[in-house]
Amino acid sequence: MSDQAAHRAIDAVWRIESAKLIARLAMMVRDVGLAEDLAQDALLIALERWPETGIPDNPGAWLMTTAKRRAIDLLRRNKLQDRKYEEYGRGSPLYTEDDVEATAGEIGDELLRLIFATCHPSLSQEARVALTLRLLGGLTTEEIARAYLVPEPTVAQRIVRAKRTLSAKQVRLDVPEGAELEARLSSVLEVLYLMFNEGYSATAGGSWIRPLLCREALRLGRMLAEAASREPEVHGLVALMEIQSSRFKARVGAAGEPILLMDQNRALWDRLLIRRGLAALERARGLGRPLGPYALQAAIAACHAQAATAEETDWARIAALYEALSRVAPSPVVELNRAVAIAMAFGPAFGLQIVDALSEEPVMRDYYLLPSVRGDLLAKLGRMAEAEAEFRRAAAMTQNERERELMLRRATECEEQGVGRRDGSGDSR
Amino acid sequence: MRFMMIVKGTTDSEAGVMPSEELVSAMQRYNEELAKAGVLLAADGLHPTSSGIRITYPEPGAKPKVMDGPFTEAKEIIAGFTMIEVNSREEALEWALRMPDPHGFGQGEIELRQIFDMTDLTQDPKTLAKERALREQLEGPGGK
Repeated sequence: MSDQAAHRAIDAVWRIESAKLIARLAMMVRDVGLAEDLAQDALLIALERWPETGIPDNPGAWLMTTAKRRAIDLLRRNKLQDRKYEEYGRGSPLYTEDDVEATAGEIGDELLRLIFATCHPSLSQEARVALTLRLLGGLTTEEIARAYLVPEPTVAQRIVRAKRTLSAKQVRLDVPEGAELEARLSSVLEVLYLMFNEGYSATAGGSWIRPLLCREALRLGRMLAEAASREPEVHGLVALMEIQSSRFKARVGAAGEPILLMDQNRALWDRLLIRRGLAALERARGLGRPLGPYALQAAIAACHAQAATAEETDWARIAALYEALSRVAPSPVVELNRAVAIAMAFGPAFGLQIVDALSEEPVMRDYYLLPSVRGDLLAKLGRMAEAEAEFRRAAAMTQNERERELMLRRATECEEQGVGRRDGSGDSR
Repeated sequence: MRFMMIVKGTTDSEAGVMPSEELVSAMQRYNEELAKAGVLLAADGLHPTSSGIRITYPEPGAKPKVMDGPFTEAKEIIAGFTMIEVNSREEALEWALRMPDPHGFGQGEIELRQIFDMTDLTQDPKTLAKERALREQLEGPGGK
């Protein structure tokens, strides 16, 4: 095996083993940052030895043993100076020669503890995302930087600071219970969904989709669904991400332009992911608790996924689901979506009423989708001049070049149709 | 990247002999490991080829030939598959190497193949355009 090939193979082992390794080490040394350093040390030793010896039969156990040895060395050196190290020297599993395989059954729990730590509310959102990608995704700082289009040192610094914060605040590696569980879990889910969305609707850069982030968010979600299988919102989020991912191929045109849901070629939707999404949604429902925001959004996505053609979409059901969503997670954006569903189900005039009420909301002042939706409803009602003005307003508000083109195109269409109307049958209002 | 680990058929799988309990539980453990790592997409086993049907096109443009199983070339027979989603070819190989020997008596064979990915396709406008042209060709004018 060439050195390069060996390194690629070791990278692969690292991807598979690192999260488990760090999670177990963190339980032993009770410090996430230190655990990662130890795991990295073990990786360096592997990179040195494996190209010669070949990859051992059980690379995970090898890395674990090596990292533990490093931990014990470190402990001996620091014992007298640092009480903290001494503390975990006693009564910690470091000194026990337990078989690594013997604890294999509990790994789900350890990963869960680790993700609760990397998504700890005391960290900033950016730090949570970076630390999670690094410790649970096994991604390098460089890969994370590339995915987020930020300089590598920025990411490195975020990670170092995050680890320091966790140490300073003595964040414990626990699985929270009761009311705290809900809050902490929602922080974890938020991190995964942010990650997914950053990849799904790339806010910056040339490409519209950054698959690495979507794939990683989905993988971590699937992992979480195994580790926290009693939590409906985990399955809800996984369902949502699976179904949204199923549309990857259909949502970008040949020239890289976005294609809206209703215009997508449904034959391009990924049936396997839809099936997985529907199954995850069933798991969420099967737990018998009221559906939370992610599961409700997944249920909405499922309505679209199950409609063979755009015309067959069950808008009345979608409107009802948006109403349920607006009750558990009220927001003007949800309300705007409800307006669209109502308009599709019961006619544009009903949707317009809701949209008009929303125009008063201060948070909606800079939200380009409001005039965009309003323009669409007005156009459907034949009020072309007003529709045109709304589309132009939306075009001026959006930051995205492609969206702007779309809005301007619609404005022009309204203008042309408005003129057509005047020439033909006079004012049709 | 998606990969399919294809488990090839053997004399036993073709004869409908069920795998040993030990092997079944090893496979279950393996699938659980894949699921816990969040990489498992799908896994299924196939009935023996005795209930299979083969459709061939020996003459271009002519009608297909339909043949009932069983089929003989064991190495060409698929007994089951596991689909995973990973970040590299090496990672797929590492997972494939961890799959238990699918039969355990010298005939075990796993073939690792990459699946054309939605992301492969969406990343490359040329491929997308080609695919679109092909689709239009297949659907014919007026097809949708």
